Amino acid sequence: MIQIQNLHKTFNGNHVLQGLNLEIQTGEALVIIGRSGCGKSVLLKHIMGIMEPDEGKVSIDGVDIFSLTPRELDQFRLKLGMLFQSAALFDSLSVAENVGFSLFEHTELPPEVILEKVTEKLRLVGLVGIEDLMPSSLSGGMKKRVGLARAICNDPKIILYDEPTTGLDPIMADGINDLIVEMKHKLRTTTVTVTHDLKSAYKIADRIAMLYEGKIIGMGTPQEIENTSDPVIRQFITGSAKGPITSD
Amino acid sequence: MNGRFDTLRRAVSVRLWLGRLGERSIDLARDAGGITLLLRDAVATLFTTPLRWHHTLDQMNRIGVTSLPLVFLTSLFTGVVLSLQSAYQLRLFAAEQFTSDLVALSMTRELGPVLTAMVVAGRVGASIAAEIGTMKVTEQIDALRSQAVDPVRYLVVPRVLAGFFMLFFLTIYADCIGMLGGYFVCVFKLGISSHQYIKRTIQVLMIKDILSGLAKAFIFGTVISIVGCYFGFKTEGGAEGVGRSTTLAVVTALVLIIALDAFFTAVFYLI
Repeated sequence: MIQIQNLHKTFNGNHVLQGLNLEIQTGEALVIIGRSGCGKSVLLKHIMGIMEPDEGKVSIDGVDIFSLTPRELDQFRLKLGMLFQSAALFDSLSVAENVGFSLFEHTELPPEVILEKVTEKLRLVGLVGIEDLMPSSLSGGMKKRVGLARAICNDPKIILYDEPTTGLDPIMADGINDLIVEMKHKLRTTTVTVTHDLKSAYKIADRIAMLYEGKIIGMGTPQEIENTSDPVIRQFITGSAKGPITSD
Repeated sequence: MNGRFDTLRRAVSVRLWLGRLGERSIDLARDAGGITLLLRDAVATLFTTPLRWHHTLDQMNRIGVTSLPLVFLTSLFTGVVLSLQSAYQLRLFAAEQFTSDLVALSMTRELGPVLTAMVVAGRVGASIAAEIGTMKVTEQIDALRSQAVDPVRYLVVPRVLAGFFMLFFLTIYADCIGMLGGYFVCVFKLGISSHQYIKRTIQVLMIKDILSGLAKAFIFGTVISIVGCYFGFKTEGGAEGVGRSTTLAVVTALVLIIALDAFFTAVFYLI
């Protein structure tokens, strides 16, 4: 279980997270929605432990990750996988080296065993025979898939998705949504996804949480969110230009 | 009219000027601290974790081997110009035969390390800052952390180590090529015999001269790499941010090289 308590983060005087509290159950698929720049990606980076809070706690399975030493935190991070918004593939490495990166870095497995695992993970995300290509020769959708293969390569218990469908055409975006649902069932992982793509949110979520002004202001099943009477959530999900969000 | 006066008043406002000076001073102090802390982390990581040999050798190739042609041209022409200008003055005292002494001492003590460092700062310092800066803005540094890999160990240590050693070898190379440039001028233009040039060069050079230049090379190599890495990590925004970091990395490295050169020249003079 992931527990986030009273999380605060400020950048150059901009108080992005303002005492955020959230609990994510093991095996759950939680989607966090909110406007661009509201701190969704910042929240994911706190869960991953790559950004430190000004105040507050992030606990995973009862362990406060910011009380760990850097080496313990590194070991802990291996239980998590993250798909970045831009896929963040390493330019100087091939697809196979990208996907198998953590195995090459943290295990003594022979290269042929790692490459077998890489091929298996690439097949899982629907890519075959691209192991030797460089990231620069891949399309946006392929990059996201390779990023996903990298995120799941060491069989993490928790997968974090940062805007998995942003920048993709609707068909490719739906393909990624299917893949996320498939991964969850096949790997039985806890998933946390941040997005402002509602179609994606409704498809992949067990629960949806809305992040607004640095806090979670509402949470529920996709049906509950769709039928909510909260004016802020309503304005966001209907995509209306006028309402409480834009009245400030 | 009032608007124009306001603009003028703002432009000459002492308070505003002092404010800016204060901001710049704080930035400078912050950068100096940041560079020192990054160097400390790199040294600590170097001695506490296994070295990534493959990456270090790759960086040695990038920093050292690929800089050879540029260092060759810079040193050769510097040696030629130095000997021509020296001969022009020494001729007044009928002392042209001392041109070789002057070239050898100037190259080994001063010009070899400083010019090599400047060439490498412009070429390699900029490339380090641009590469790490691009990785920062495309979230590749975060991706490294998410894969439980320390960016200091993966990116900084190999570059600092490569800079430390390769500047040393490049400086030896620059010293030799600079003296070769002087040799061409002395032998083919001034009529000094080849034997005399080589003999005088060997006679005049003392171990202390060579070592003081090479000691500077180690320091300059470390400075170029660590400054490039620091400004790369500090990059914010997109392409504009990468451009800004690259410029800052080169300018800072050049200023530090000149300042440290003055400092160490004074120290070696006193020893």
